[in-house]
Amino acid sequence: MTTASVAATPPGAWRRRLFALGPYLLLAPGLLWLVYFFIWPAVQMFLMSISSGTLDTGFRVTGTLKPYTDALTKFSTQWGNSLLYGAISTSLDFLIGFPVAYTIAFRGGRYKNLLLFLVIAPFFTSFLIRTISWQILLGDEGPVLAFLKHTIGVIPVDFSILYSPVAVIAGLTYNFLPFMILPLYVALEKIDIRTLEAAGDLYANAWQTFRRVTFPLALPGVFAGTILTFIPTMGDYVNAELLGSPKTRMIGNVIQGRFLQSTDYPTASALSFVLMAGILIAVLIYARALGTEQLTG
Amino acid sequence: MTAVAPTVARSGNVAGRVSRSVSHYALPVFTVIAIAYLLIPIVVMIIFSFNDYQGKFNFIWSGFTLKAWEDPLAWPGLPDALRISLTVAALSTVVATILGTMIGLAITRYRFRGRGVINGLIFLPMASPEIVLGASLLTLFINIGLKNGVLPPGLTLLPKGSLALGFTTILIAHIMFNISYVVVTVKARLAGFDRRLEEAAMDLGANEWTTFWRVTFPLIFPGVMAAALLAFSLSIDDFVITNFVSGTTNTFPIWVYGVIRNALPAQINVIGSVVFLAAVGFVAATTLRSGRAIRTH
Repeated sequence: MTTASVAATPPGAWRRRLFALGPYLLLAPGLLWLVYFFIWPAVQMFLMSISSGTLDTGFRVTGTLKPYTDALTKFSTQWGNSLLYGAISTSLDFLIGFPVAYTIAFRGGRYKNLLLFLVIAPFFTSFLIRTISWQILLGDEGPVLAFLKHTIGVIPVDFSILYSPVAVIAGLTYNFLPFMILPLYVALEKIDIRTLEAAGDLYANAWQTFRRVTFPLALPGVFAGTILTFIPTMGDYVNAELLGSPKTRMIGNVIQGRFLQSTDYPTASALSFVLMAGILIAVLIYARALGTEQLTG
Repeated sequence: MTAVAPTVARSGNVAGRVSRSVSHYALPVFTVIAIAYLLIPIVVMIIFSFNDYQGKFNFIWSGFTLKAWEDPLAWPGLPDALRISLTVAALSTVVATILGTMIGLAITRYRFRGRGVINGLIFLPMASPEIVLGASLLTLFINIGLKNGVLPPGLTLLPKGSLALGFTTILIAHIMFNISYVVVTVKARLAGFDRRLEEAAMDLGANEWTTFWRVTFPLIFPGVMAAALLAFSLSIDDFVITNFVSGTTNTFPIWVYGVIRNALPAQINVIGSVVFLAAVGFVAATTLRSGRAIRTH
């Protein structure tokens, strides 16, 4: 009987059975990759963060909390720098990005695509090379300062920006600005222009229309834009390394140095975990505060 | 009375006109300045590729030359680094695009349990700071590579010493962070997909396999291509994650980061400019072609 029914299976039936297994076959390879090379490393990093030992003796999970106490107490300057630079450059990105996104969305006209293209143009060059360009631009004898010092003479000759917190913040603000503009643009672009006209018809002035209608409708973009700039800023170490000095080190520089130079893996892992947890908590609080939980879903 | 009324009207008009002209001119001017800010480092990069700089550092403008353009690869290690970057980008793009497209298809086409978990798994790598991704992957690779006393045994699921830092680990990392971006891009394309087209093909006697390759795939192809382009550019530009897992192997950004401690060759600017112009040319060409395709419809 069974042989007969197998023999009666029409050709191509295995394909149908394959398709019936459907989603799981499609999902399996990619998800396994993510589980093994994303989730699993995170678990390993957690175990490393409660281990003790050195590279020579090897590391063992001992349940020690020393890496965490070190991570939270020893690097207050760098945590402070990360938070301060992250907050300032995210705010600057918002202040620059919102008017730009607004203009492109409502006033872009036939230049809309060109303007958007120019906003993402920096992505066509390497992140590192763009940061090196800032080194050139902000250098003591670079185009900007040389002009101000020698041609106009408005600033003293020994004035310097490079290797200061200002340079680091300028670099961070620059590098992540497109991540702010694009989500804001997407949110603003969706707004039906008639809702703004309706506000005007109901005697709202321009400012009231903006505050009570445009901005609330743009909130999902504000949320996405700020977390998309704040998260990479908090974890960045390239700007602080190339445009800053030892005094402007951020927590990313510590993590990178502990992992790649001093091989103090437990403390480095604890630092990464605290950074990750801090960001997650901040994002959750922020989502609650903006009341965008239903909007982000 | 009659004297007052026009004054009020006029002052209201003046205020209105001022605020209107502010929003009329101020916003576009601000946008142009902001976009200039985004483009300045690129302009600097291109200009300084022609700099006839003295010494090792291409920091200060000192005359025009074509030296670097005539010999764009003349720096030890640069050709190898470029070759590795291109190979990693090509391979990781192909693998991540296939795996990510499969996930995108499964998520949008089928109803199954655990979708929330899977969406979270896709979203998390994009929401994590790159430094955490790099650090946790390095922890995994260290644990595979170390011979003595690493964590509870068997945790790495791979034999000890089977994976040294280098080309393979870079490739693994790039596929990992690319998958999520591919899924998101393909999903966006599938969102507007009309399933009745597939049903029509099936009604006309095509099986699932034929339907997929003759109907579904051609329709989602532009989305798949967009995802592949995104993956390629993310891979070729990645520095932070690669820096953790590269060992002594150099990709182009890693090579740049190493070389700029001792010198800043104009060749970096030349290659940055070539990549930038190629990307811009490619985007312009595809935009023009799709524009023409729409117009001829």
